[in-house]
Amino acid sequence: MAIGLELEINGEKYSVHYPPDTPLLYVLRDELGLTGTKYGCGEGMCGACTVLLAGTARRSCQIPVSAAVSKPITTIEGLEKNGALHPVQQAFLDAGAFQCAYCTSGMIMSSVSLVQSNPHPSAEQIVQSLQGNICRCGTHPRIIEAVERAAKAIQGRSK
Amino acid sequence: MSKREETFLLEPERYEFRALPMHQFALGRRDFFRIFGAGLAVFAVAKDVSAVQETAPGPRGFHNEELPKEIGAWLHIGEDGTVTGFAGKAEIGQNVRTSLAQTIADELGVAFASVRMVLADTALTPFDAGTFGSRTTPTITPQLRKVAAAARELLVAKAAKQWNVPAEKLVAGDGKVSDPVSGKSLNYAELAREDIGAQIPLVEDAIKPTSQWTIAGKPIPKADAREFVTGGHRYTTDLRPEGMLYGKILRPPSFGATLISYDNSVVKEWSDVVLVRDGDFVGAAAPTVARAEAALAGLRVEWKEVPQISDAEIFSYLKKNAQPSNEPRFRQAKGSMEDGLAAAAHKLDASYAVAYIAHAPLEPRAAVAQWTNGKLTVWMGTQRPFAVRDDLADIFHVPERNVRVIVPDTGSAYGGKHTSDAGLEAGRLARASNGRPVKLVWTREEEFTWAYFRPAGVIDVKSGIAADGKLTAWEFHNYHSGTSGIATPYAVANQVTEYHQVPLVLRSGSYRGLAATANHFARETHMDSLANAAGLDPLEFRLKNLTDPRMRAVLESGAKAFGWPRKKSAEGQGFGVAAGYEKGSYVATFAEIFVDRAKNSVTVKKLVEVFECGAIVNPDGLRNQVVGAMIQGLGGALFESIQFEKGRISNSHFSSYRVPRFKDVPEIEAILLDRKDIPSAGAGETPIMAIAPAIGNAFFDATKIRLTKLPLHPELHLLG
Repeated sequence: MAIGLELEINGEKYSVHYPPDTPLLYVLRDELGLTGTKYGCGEGMCGACTVLLAGTARRSCQIPVSAAVSKPITTIEGLEKNGALHPVQQAFLDAGAFQCAYCTSGMIMSSVSLVQSNPHPSAEQIVQSLQGNICRCGTHPRIIEAVERAAKAIQGRSK
Repeated sequence: MSKREETFLLEPERYEFRALPMHQFALGRRDFFRIFGAGLAVFAVAKDVSAVQETAPGPRGFHNEELPKEIGAWLHIGEDGTVTGFAGKAEIGQNVRTSLAQTIADELGVAFASVRMVLADTALTPFDAGTFGSRTTPTITPQLRKVAAAARELLVAKAAKQWNVPAEKLVAGDGKVSDPVSGKSLNYAELAREDIGAQIPLVEDAIKPTSQWTIAGKPIPKADAREFVTGGHRYTTDLRPEGMLYGKILRPPSFGATLISYDNSVVKEWSDVVLVRDGDFVGAAAPTVARAEAALAGLRVEWKEVPQISDAEIFSYLKKNAQPSNEPRFRQAKGSMEDGLAAAAHKLDASYAVAYIAHAPLEPRAAVAQWTNGKLTVWMGTQRPFAVRDDLADIFHVPERNVRVIVPDTGSAYGGKHTSDAGLEAGRLARASNGRPVKLVWTREEEFTWAYFRPAGVIDVKSGIAADGKLTAWEFHNYHSGTSGIATPYAVANQVTEYHQVPLVLRSGSYRGLAATANHFARETHMDSLANAAGLDPLEFRLKNLTDPRMRAVLESGAKAFGWPRKKSAEGQGFGVAAGYEKGSYVATFAEIFVDRAKNSVTVKKLVEVFECGAIVNPDGLRNQVVGAMIQGLGGALFESIQFEKGRISNSHFSSYRVPRFKDVPEIEAILLDRKDIPSAGAGETPIMAIAPAIGNAFFDATKIRLTKLPLHPELHLLG
């Protein structure tokens, strides 16, 4: 049964009318057109649908939309501020850390969550935190490099 | 060349090219060039016919079936100086949007940023058989060079005429034609503005040699890269045209099942749902995916299932069901095996096997279809847009010109997106949806079940070597998996190589490198065993039997980088090497592994790979492809296999079908040999094929246990 729900996504309020158990992913993509968040498996196993929910990386295919009410949601579309890429986005761009790039949104969101909670991640910690994100093109070394670059850029900025 | 002839010459393991579409519908071919504004358009004809030019003083309308199919590429220079290249290839992550634009920019003499590529759109781009076989770089790159050179020469001729100076005194580059003597210059945009005239320059001689490349050969970043880090790029799965419905297909419970009863009484009155039953095809289109799923769940259907082969019996099935073939290309022989074996000091027979594996592209198969006044447009992530168009035209009984297939840059494919299924399904649902577009996105489970697989195979090898380690006899039989990479690159006077066809068990077809991975696994594992039998170093043994200088070069430069032969510094360490040649490029892979018997674990510590594909067009894109193939190859080498029983896939999820993840990635060194003197070959496939045998050989080095099946699952063999 569809019910009215209030969501806060990328700093904006949205009212949607959906069954409360609908995964957040489908509301983002199909209802709101925020298609930067990708469907890869619908089972929480690939990380392509990763968003930040109250600042933490979560698989949006595993979150009922009702559980996202009154928590700020950030999607890939919300990272860019006033035309400037987030340091993690910039680092992925600079490292050429993609091939088909279908996993890129999820990789970036997981990495943003990591560098926000751990500004100095080791390579091992990066691997650990991205273990749930699949890249089928095999771009892993560059993705690790991108996260390292982003962490450095953020440290440099905060000095 | 007709579609049938074209498939006949292809590798036999491209089973999906000959397969019937998954659906047969019971019911009952292009307008073009409108987008060309004024400016200059140049076409090149394949087969080394000189370029043909068309001037376009205003919008033109003609049908591209009027153009011969040999035309593989063309380009247009607009009055604003924008250069647009057209090719029928699809961008699937291999970075051809970048490398092709680079080629045009380089040859024409314009900035990379001023070139845009229109790819894989059956209404706008030249016919193309498909994006497969590492063919884009060796076939389309030279054609685009030819058209770009022709365009440049035309522009120079135009300036020469205007200034009344000989064309050879003028210089073209930086988007303009200049006269170094008078200091005059005209930019391409101005020159393209007027009628160019009918002269057709001889472009063969005009193409730049690799030594003069300025933009090609450089590590230019991926075109439109920013779109991919902002979520802005729209893949097929992201499209949402106005009024769109979401489609779902009712899948049979098992392969080969047929629909024997169908009762839609519960859901047929649902006014927001379009239900389609057409033979065994049952699907629904609705305003949401959930609603379409609910409609299908409300149907009462019965299926008749049929017995199916299971994974437990597959290898014996493949051997028992080999079919005699009279296709001469499937059997190559020279010398006498009998003589070769008689001359051998060591003989070795062995059998190898490879499992079915899945492509598992992260963007599943998907299509958006819309019918408008009897014309069908399908957006689809496919490697073969023109084949999809032909299939759609066939199945819906409409002329090809009424079907347009557009391929948005796609979330990877690896040889897995050659068939038309998702397009046919979306097209069928859309035909019942009253003009509304229908999007169909396969679920991950559908992807793992209803797509097609890299075929399983069995490979039997008989061999002999002389006391000095020279090969004397080599007999190689591949059952089912295919012919790619089947011929040995090693020098051996007496040899038989044969591919044995077997009827399909699971839907099977192309995969990155096709059967080259299976054939290299068998051959390079066997070569390692022979080296061991002869008491020779595996690298030394290979070099002793190799004459091809390019293959020697990749092995020798890899040995240097890896430090081969290496002394073991720890218990459990193992080193392995494998090499090969396929599709115009060479690879050598060196692996270091670590076996911990106490923990029952095997870790790949380091991979060094040397790759050579002639002149490198974009070293950054190439490195991505090579490292990517190495990592993808780890999956098929170590743990990927499709399990199946009773016509069902038992591991149709990422939780049960393991693919390489970050923790699986070892230290990787990729060395790219740039041979400016050799025409560029493709690079999407060959870098994958030596990974598995290099790792298997390293495991033997560490344990003296020989692994002969893919996936290797080396840890399972430690228990004895």
